[in-house]
Amino acid sequence: MNEQETLAGLAEIVNEVAGVPLSDIVAEKAFIDDLDIDSLSMVEVVMAAEDKFGVKIPDEEVKNLRTVGDAVAYITANAS
Amino acid sequence: MMDSSDQWIRERSGIIERRWAATDESVVDMAAIAGANALAAAGVDASDIGTVLCATVTHPYQTPSAAVEIAERLGARAAGSTDLSSACAGFAYGVGIADALIRTGTSEYVLVVGVEKLTDFVDPSDRSTGFIFADAAGAAVIGPSDVAAIGPTLWGGDGTQTEAIILDPDWVTHRKLIAAQVETPWPRLQMQGQAVFRWAVGDIPRVALAAVEAAGLTVDDLDVFIPHQANMRITDSMVRTLKLPERVVVARDIATSGNTSGASIPLAMSRMLEAGEIESGQTALLIGFGAGLSYAAQVVTIP
Repeated sequence: MNEQETLAGLAEIVNEVAGVPLSDIVAEKAFIDDLDIDSLSMVEVVMAAEDKFGVKIPDEEVKNLRTVGDAVAYITANAS
Repeated sequence: MMDSSDQWIRERSGIIERRWAATDESVVDMAAIAGANALAAAGVDASDIGTVLCATVTHPYQTPSAAVEIAERLGARAAGSTDLSSACAGFAYGVGIADALIRTGTSEYVLVVGVEKLTDFVDPSDRSTGFIFADAAGAAVIGPSDVAAIGPTLWGGDGTQTEAIILDPDWVTHRKLIAAQVETPWPRLQMQGQAVFRWAVGDIPRVALAAVEAAGLTVDDLDVFIPHQANMRITDSMVRTLKLPERVVVARDIATSGNTSGASIPLAMSRMLEAGEIESGQTALLIGFGAGLSYAAQVVTIP
């Protein structure tokens, strides 16, 4: 899976969990600061991403995923 | 009282208001009222009650049980009574046990009460718990029927997460600290919010589906969904994951009642009936989940 596909898949998840418009979900945007996603929604986004992409995203890793781009890079690198 | 804001609280939990018992109002006081209401609604006499089950974790006595006192207050002189400690899953555990007692012929009528005075054990200045928890009691009389109105109860838990929701310090530690003249808070509720959230939205929907299946149904057969009122965000997530049809009435009582642990399911059901949001004869899924961690679920026909 390439980064484009990961981004599209992740955008779907964020849109479904937190109602953020798909067009707003771009690499530079920060989950908490720009997209207004709180820690409870992040739990759901992470769980859905683990399911969709077949990755494990441990809690210590989640705090490093500040932007959509960070998450896309991590998922693309670790997806099975 | 605590450093927070209405907006933050609403976004985080969906809670707008919550109800707190008076300082001199006890778990038994609240339960007796709910119990009397349930007996009246069922048209059953207290003397016909064979068992009183009181689901609570906030009766401030290790012994005697709240249930024995509740039975006495109601005049249920023929009842065997006992408390049931399963926190937010307590009422659903109670329904399951009552169902089994009646099917085996142990009792004809069982009074199940879910009651909590969480404000006795919550630090109101704790930003993570002070705004969530509240006090309430709800009760139901369960009795024999020609047509099964309670589906199989599915229950279980995760004993690896006992620390996720706990009262801290425990009484023995509290006693030692007092004796050593070390400052110690009263045992108060501590919750690892994110771990509990993850478990509730990740694992509990599977249990919900299993309970529906065990009743020989699919989610399309449900009219009503009454999950323990833990947090509106958890309820929303479950509704999405379960793909509940739009027409299913979902309990959202937490908005004005807060999280009342073992009382939340019967409280929600009672209020939805009073408001005409649900009616007798409808098919409802009840699911409780919380400290333990533990859960219990069953499909029932709304009384």
